[in-house]
Amino acid sequence: MIKNKFKNLKTHKNKIKFIFDGKTMFGYKGDTLASALLANNINMVGRSFKYHRPRGIFASGVEEPNALVEIIEDKNIIPNIKATTLELYEGLIAKSQNYWPSLKFDILGIFDLFSNFLVAGFYYKTFKWPSFFWEKLYEPMIRKAAGLGKVSTNPSRVISEKGYLFCDFLVIGSGPTGLLAALILGNSGKSVILMEQDFVFGGSLNRDNPIIDNVSSKIWKNKIITRLENLPNVRTMKRTTVLGMYDHGSFAATETFKKESVKKQYQILWRVKSKKTFLCSGSTERHISFQNNDIPGIMLSSSIREYTNRWQLKTFKNVVFFTNNDYPYYVARDLISRGTKQVSIVDVRKEIKFSDPTISIYKNAEVINTKGKRKIEGVFIKAKNKPILFLHCDTLGVSGGWNANIQISTHTNEKPVWNEQVLSFVQKKISKNSNIKCLGSADGIYELNDLFINTKKEVFKYLKTLNLKSKNIDLPNVNTKETYNIKPFWFVKYGSDRKWVDFQNDVTVKDIQISYKENFRSIEHLKRYSTLGMGTDQGKVGNIVGLGILSEISNKSIRNIGTSTFRPPYVPASIDAFVGFTKNKSFKAKRLTPSHAWSKKNNSEFVETGLWYRSQWYPKKNEINWLDTVNREVLNVRNNVGFCDVSTLGKIDIQGKDSLEFINKIYCNNFNNLSIGKVKYGLMLREDGMIMDDGTTARLDENHFIMTTTTSNAEKVYQHLEFCHQCLWPYMDVNLISITDSFSQFSVAGPNSRKLLQSILDNSEEISNKNLPFMGFKKIWLKNGLSAKIFRISFSGELAYEISIETQYSDVFLEILEKEGKKFNLSPYGTEALSVLRIEKGHISGPEINGNTSPLNVNMLNILNFQKDCVGNILFQRKKILNNNLRLVGLLSDNKIHSGSLIFDKDMKMNSENELGYVSSSCFSPCLGKYIALCFFSGGEKYFGKNIIVKNFLKKYKTFAKICSPVFIDKEGKKLRV
Amino acid sequence: MYIEHPLLGSRSIDEFIYYGDASLLKRPVFNQNKILEKFHKYLYLRKNPNGIHSELWFHLYGDRSWLIVERDTKTHEIRNVILANKELG
Repeated sequence: MIKNKFKNLKTHKNKIKFIFDGKTMFGYKGDTLASALLANNINMVGRSFKYHRPRGIFASGVEEPNALVEIIEDKNIIPNIKATTLELYEGLIAKSQNYWPSLKFDILGIFDLFSNFLVAGFYYKTFKWPSFFWEKLYEPMIRKAAGLGKVSTNPSRVISEKGYLFCDFLVIGSGPTGLLAALILGNSGKSVILMEQDFVFGGSLNRDNPIIDNVSSKIWKNKIITRLENLPNVRTMKRTTVLGMYDHGSFAATETFKKESVKKQYQILWRVKSKKTFLCSGSTERHISFQNNDIPGIMLSSSIREYTNRWQLKTFKNVVFFTNNDYPYYVARDLISRGTKQVSIVDVRKEIKFSDPTISIYKNAEVINTKGKRKIEGVFIKAKNKPILFLHCDTLGVSGGWNANIQISTHTNEKPVWNEQVLSFVQKKISKNSNIKCLGSADGIYELNDLFINTKKEVFKYLKTLNLKSKNIDLPNVNTKETYNIKPFWFVKYGSDRKWVDFQNDVTVKDIQISYKENFRSIEHLKRYSTLGMGTDQGKVGNIVGLGILSEISNKSIRNIGTSTFRPPYVPASIDAFVGFTKNKSFKAKRLTPSHAWSKKNNSEFVETGLWYRSQWYPKKNEINWLDTVNREVLNVRNNVGFCDVSTLGKIDIQGKDSLEFINKIYCNNFNNLSIGKVKYGLMLREDGMIMDDGTTARLDENHFIMTTTTSNAEKVYQHLEFCHQCLWPYMDVNLISITDSFSQFSVAGPNSRKLLQSILDNSEEISNKNLPFMGFKKIWLKNGLSAKIFRISFSGELAYEISIETQYSDVFLEILEKEGKKFNLSPYGTEALSVLRIEKGHISGPEINGNTSPLNVNMLNILNFQKDCVGNILFQRKKILNNNLRLVGLLSDNKIHSGSLIFDKDMKMNSENELGYVSSSCFSPCLGKYIALCFFSGGEKYFGKNIIVKNFLKKYKTFAKICSPVFIDKEGKKLRV
Repeated sequence: MYIEHPLLGSRSIDEFIYYGDASLLKRPVFNQNKILEKFHKYLYLRKNPNGIHSELWFHLYGDRSWLIVERDTKTHEIRNVILANKELG
């Protein structure tokens, strides 16, 4: 038959070429990789996790434990992709994984012989033995052997987006239940989204092929889908997997798109908010455990049915089923009608209602072992009181019953309950305002007719509670009725060879027995000790089998044992989906200063400070290195005039009649004496008494202020102010707005700054020392018609001003400044020179406001006002703070000092007990020709003028430095007052 | 998670940041006896209820309002949301 298929294929326009393990093969449009591999007679597709046993395709959907493959695209390898859900595309290159050197001959298969040592809890037990064993033997051995595919370290090429969806009703799954529910809900006129993880709609209809309303399920399904797609309020989504349910009716889902070529793959991570969700996710078949039940050719009976009906495979020629329920009898009928000659059913039940001359039925019998290594050759069966029998077969279909797919309904921690009739966990009776309701076989209703009746009833009942009406629809009439009639049966007792429970993690019945014996009896403990259900399939076929076994061993009902917790994601999701577009250049926003273009033109190097890109320095051609540049920039400020873009500082506009009182509560120093047209330095504390930030605040008018913050704390301070206003003192008449982005601000500093600025002002404006004294503020007009605010404040210690312009006019300002600046030797300076200037002046900045320092540490005790109620001045008086003896001092050295270095007395041993403090900021001072630093020092005044040791353990050096005042130049502050 | 904003309706958690226990609103009055202890208690000693908890959320990427959200820490059910400045009037 396969040959015939290939003959057709050559002329068939739907043929798809793909490569598996280096061999070129063909499949059809609509195939999964698994169905195409089976059609090509490939069954063994990998090796198991621990013992490296040969493993084949076991299932036909997301429950697949074995068939995990690597997808290879150029240099990119995507591991652990389920062959059973991977839609075949032209040029696909896939590889089986977890073996060495080849799939057929895997040397690591030797672990199979040591299986007695690799039992439950093995991993934990190795910790108990001598550590030498762990380091030299176990760890390298486990690392080499265990694990699934290998991760590629190349960047992913998947193009990911994120999106938001809102709907009244979300229907998860498009099987018979989902289709009917979506139709009734859609007819109510409310918005409905139907999500299907497969690339075709229909769910179990594609597998079971029932006749509904006298037509094939395919025709019936297409009729419903057409009706749904004609409703404008319904959105149907294929290839969309709901990963999890989160609080308040929100869901995550990934949508992938049909891959037409190797080159591109798209995916969207949807966040869905729905008022009510109907989980119509169907049910998954489970297996039965017996000796050597893991060899290729053993599959779930439902998968055999799906490969036969949906993909029309004819590879199953001689099939044995092993069951505890009716389902395989219907599979057998389908097989026979499609040409399978030999079908036998081994049934553990005594009474069976079926009798079919074309099927050999063995009642009250069990499969006790299998024959075959890389492919099943036959099974040994034993009926009660009869001798062991051997049956040849090429496929063994196992059916241990069905698990309702309730996982998503339990993600917000609703524990499911065990239903003794259908032997499955189902959703607990839900409260009226629960966000999710299981319907159909996801609610344990397995017979199609009942499922339709129940779905119709429940959905109409729900709509009624909302006073919504929906068109009445005829109940679908199921012509082919199928029964279930399950008997509890989890594992075959016969034999002492290994009986697998969880294929992906190589967990056997014995592992569960050992876990129980060693007292890991709670299901959550057992899970972790034996690794049952911890694989990427999350134990979709094996978990409940394991529970059943535990139930028998412990003589406790499954109801009382309970199930382990299901957690999102329902199926593995790529991290890429969650990263979305926020990678590479889009990883974070980029904030450019108003002078960015100008600076770029002027050869600036930029530095990232938070989201900002600030000019670090402006190199000139003859300068050998950055230090040369910075020294020039610093000296030019000290001798002539420089300018720097300080727009990144936070600026908060404060208005309202209680503004001054408010500001006085925010800053720890006194602000009551701030008059109109003046600026004041403010120190801001956290409520715990440590420094939060510092800056200046100008009083523009009676009730109008502008506060500035440091660059890095701009958002934090704004938020703090909002907190204080809304949460602490809402009665105050205060309005806050951030104007950081609305106004650019330039510092113009140096002895020539007044002359320069005067030359760009309108003729009527004057900024003499008398007219605009130190810490003065003015609104002014510039020569070119721009309005500006001018603040006479200085961070550099020179005569300096800060000019604030509406951001959009920054270029015009820079143009005139540059033009006039030539006469006064103006040059721009960057953040590095800014930093040197402030260290020379002993001004604190980010490194000193590090969250661990109080006003006492930075020598500002004198400005604190304890008479007023302000944030932080009470807890500042804690003993811990007041007894702290670190003080800001300066260091002078002939050698380079790095910030972070520690300080020691030169006669003491350098250990943590003798540590006298640490360096917070350091630089080379071109004015002094020495290396200088600011540091927090606990040694006290007796060290002033003396040498101490600066030790850097990371950079491995020590050097001498002299303790001095933190203000290195112009200690009296004369220069800034001229 | 979604928070029912009193002015803006149901808004996604992405727009908010969590700040802490709503008892932060009850800042001790200045100039009292044992003010240091009172502030210590105010800032550091919090209840950690298994159940209904009043907490502060800031609508950072929204209207920048501070909200008092009554949330059940066991189920994440949100009982009540008010503007913080309405609490004190």
